[in-house]
Amino acid sequence: MDTNAFTTVTTADPLMSVRGLSKFYGTRIGCDAVSFDLFPGEVLGIVGESGSGKSTLLSCLAGHLAPDTGEVIFATAAGPRDTVKMAEAERRRLARTDWAFVHQNPRDGLRMGISAGGNVGERLMAVGARHYGDIRAQAIDWLGRVEISADRIDDRPSGFSGGMQQRLQIARNLVTGPRLVFMDEPTGGLDVSVQARLLDLLRGLVREMGLSAIIVTHDLAVVRLLADRLMVMKGGYVVEHGLTDQVLDDPQHAYTQLLVSSVLQV
Amino acid sequence: MYVAVKGGERAIDAAHAWLAEERRGDTTIAELSVAQIRSQLALAVNRVMAEGSLHDPDLAALAIKQSRGDLIEAIFLIRAYRTTLPRLGASHPVETANMAVTRRISATFKDLPGGQILGPTFDYTHRLLDFKLAAEGEVPSAPTAPAIMEPVPHVTGMLGRDGLIQSEPAGNDTPSDLTREPMELPASRALRLQAITRGDEGFILSMAYSTQRGYGRTHAFVGELRIGTVAVEMDIPELGFAVEIGEIELTECETVNQFKGSKTEPPQFTRGYGLVFGQTERKAIAMSLVDRALRWKELGEDYSGAPAQDEEFVLMHSDNIQATGFLEHIKLPHYVDFQAELEMVRKLRAEALASKRAAE
Amino acid sequence: MTEQAYNFAYLDEQTKTMIRRAILKGVAIPGYQVPFASREMPMPYGWGTGGVQVTAACLVPEDTLKVIDQGADDTTNAVSIRRFFQRTAGVAVTEATTEATVIQTRHRIPETALAEGQILVYQVPIPEPLRFLEPRETETRKMHELEDYGLMHVKLYEDIARHGQIATSYDYPVKVEGRYVMDPSPIPKFDNPKLAGNAAIQLFGAGREQRIYALPPYTEAISLDFDDYPFVASKADHACDLCGAAASYLDEVITDDQGSRMFVCSDTDFCGSRRAAGHVGRLGTPLAGGK
Repeated sequence: MDTNAFTTVTTADPLMSVRGLSKFYGTRIGCDAVSFDLFPGEVLGIVGESGSGKSTLLSCLAGHLAPDTGEVIFATAAGPRDTVKMAEAERRRLARTDWAFVHQNPRDGLRMGISAGGNVGERLMAVGARHYGDIRAQAIDWLGRVEISADRIDDRPSGFSGGMQQRLQIARNLVTGPRLVFMDEPTGGLDVSVQARLLDLLRGLVREMGLSAIIVTHDLAVVRLLADRLMVMKGGYVVEHGLTDQVLDDPQHAYTQLLVSSVLQV
Repeated sequence: MYVAVKGGERAIDAAHAWLAEERRGDTTIAELSVAQIRSQLALAVNRVMAEGSLHDPDLAALAIKQSRGDLIEAIFLIRAYRTTLPRLGASHPVETANMAVTRRISATFKDLPGGQILGPTFDYTHRLLDFKLAAEGEVPSAPTAPAIMEPVPHVTGMLGRDGLIQSEPAGNDTPSDLTREPMELPASRALRLQAITRGDEGFILSMAYSTQRGYGRTHAFVGELRIGTVAVEMDIPELGFAVEIGEIELTECETVNQFKGSKTEPPQFTRGYGLVFGQTERKAIAMSLVDRALRWKELGEDYSGAPAQDEEFVLMHSDNIQATGFLEHIKLPHYVDFQAELEMVRKLRAEALASKRAAE
Repeated sequence: MTEQAYNFAYLDEQTKTMIRRAILKGVAIPGYQVPFASREMPMPYGWGTGGVQVTAACLVPEDTLKVIDQGADDTTNAVSIRRFFQRTAGVAVTEATTEATVIQTRHRIPETALAEGQILVYQVPIPEPLRFLEPRETETRKMHELEDYGLMHVKLYEDIARHGQIATSYDYPVKVEGRYVMDPSPIPKFDNPKLAGNAAIQLFGAGREQRIYALPPYTEAISLDFDDYPFVASKADHACDLCGAAASYLDEVITDDQGSRMFVCSDTDFCGSRRAAGHVGRLGTPLAGGK
């Protein structure tokens, strides 16, 4: 396993602090007045129905969208920095070193014309790996960890099943040991049986690597399994926020109660 | 016995001499004069001026003669000549509202101040070959009417008075000059328009057509198309005031496009703009459609991934002199590169065959 | 036979000043692609307009110019460009590498080592080494800004995974002074080692793409590779059949329709000088009066 990247940050300081984050589309609210702290090693789930603002929020956090107001302070190696005010160059540097982003659609997160090994190796090479044998060995190791057979290493992901593509995307993102992983509906678009296997895998990796992650999903089963804490969003606002078990077992807000009960009925 | 190929110089000289002979053609047929080209192939001359970015009908006609009627080659001659011309100054912006129009039509209003003037158009001709022209017959002169002296206001100006069409920000900034500074992306609208007005007519036409077929649809109507001459004025430092230095023929097209409004704007019409040297109607209309399609960002529209919305794609591929040069350069010798590839393929094949044999 | 209607070396002085500024900036930031307002030249884009503009901006009346294409002085494009400068600048021309003060080249670096004070001008079709990995200029400029070159190695990785070796044989990218990844123009990778530590000033002009870049004398330029798959400068495994040179880049010439072929130096000046000095290859004959 990689060296623990958290050694430079004491666990008392948040990895990411969000303050008063708002994003509007014209007069329509994307998300409004969102504030929270994420601590190292913590997994935060963001749930809500489609249009609740959870994807807008994730895009603002990961720097894909510019928020209208608010701060996203990230504990960089050089101290806390507001990533909203960063030059794009710096933000991109973060995106390929400290951060990782797992897209709902693996096609958005993979290079479909490049072999599985090349896909996993890209981040390693981006941060300076220059030994083909080592890169390949790490790629094989990571393919194994996401349960892809080593003899598929030179195949392109276009020939992979949806579940395999998603696992490859996860390997590609985690290979450099990022400090924060953003995940956008990582199990969306997959069959139920495939979802279960992927969730299992993700849970194993999160525990083993002590990952910090922000996971956006509409699927409460996903957060139940992965998230330490939970934010429930509706209409662009955070309506409830707490420990996952607490929120799911004893929902306070009427909307959360509705969400939880509708799941239980299934 | 092999001797390294020499004689490139002699071969080039011979090729040029042959070209000159072919250009002249059958010497029993009278030679074409530059004046004939200028007056009788005026639309070809116009295209060469527009895409050559140089308003000089005599030089354009000469270029057409020299290029044996290959218009892109003629445009190339004009562009290369243009490089050598010193820049003495810049004119004032031309005022197309004061244009002496020979043609002026609007598709959006049946009648309007200044009237609809068809002018010398192909539009309503039946496209039947006219064998009388083969007999070189003289043409009877067209009927004339007294020139209309009243002003011919822009249609978009009339819409603008009611706030029905989006207004363009006025400004006195000197736009950057595509022919003097390297293209920088993202480009300002002024820079985009410069690139499109000298862009290849066929390319701009196809881009415009693609928007009509749904690849970046903009719902365009020709608000107004006008062709005519405008005065060119320039400040003369020694005099301390502007004087008219001549007049040029221009084609201007303004489209009126549907627009549902955005987060900052209520619904109103928007515009696309085309302005091209000479009587170059197809190009001016196409230009205005492509201009409008490229404005999606400033108008807060969605990017649908259509080629005509893609500024870098349109601007980097519209210039036919760049395109033709790079396309044709692949006929230059590449044997050094090819030799390197040859060695590589031989090596890879040898290794592949060896490992296949070892496996068997 | 200088053409009087044009300024010395065709371009007007304002344009030359603009190009010289771009060259100076390029020399100051080795490997960085400097945008410049390329002019339309009287030869087509893709045929050396960038190199011609750089040469025009460098030339002074005292210069001696050599022009090569594919290593040869008498290929059509070389002849055409050499004549252009004879006509518009009236400078002396030569085929001898050692006598030239300015050498414009397409696709080769001369075999004879260059010296301080010489300028080597390359004609560049596509200056962007990342272009075929990422078509957008706006994006590739950002990648250079961020030194985001991972993708470049992904391509080399894919080569090795598929072919067992890096399969790029020409136009082989280099990293300059540990900073910019640079396209050396389509020279064979055999020539790559000559880019580095060269005593001459190396200038690269891309007319259509409006870019100039440079390697000042004695600049580091490392061909991209992997530690365990190092760069190899390869050539045809033969000696020149005319002059016998064992370490020069060779053209393969098909001599009949039965598959017979011979290998000759692509650098015609290098080969000719060797033959004049009495070297004879497998199929060569001693030069008459070659003393």
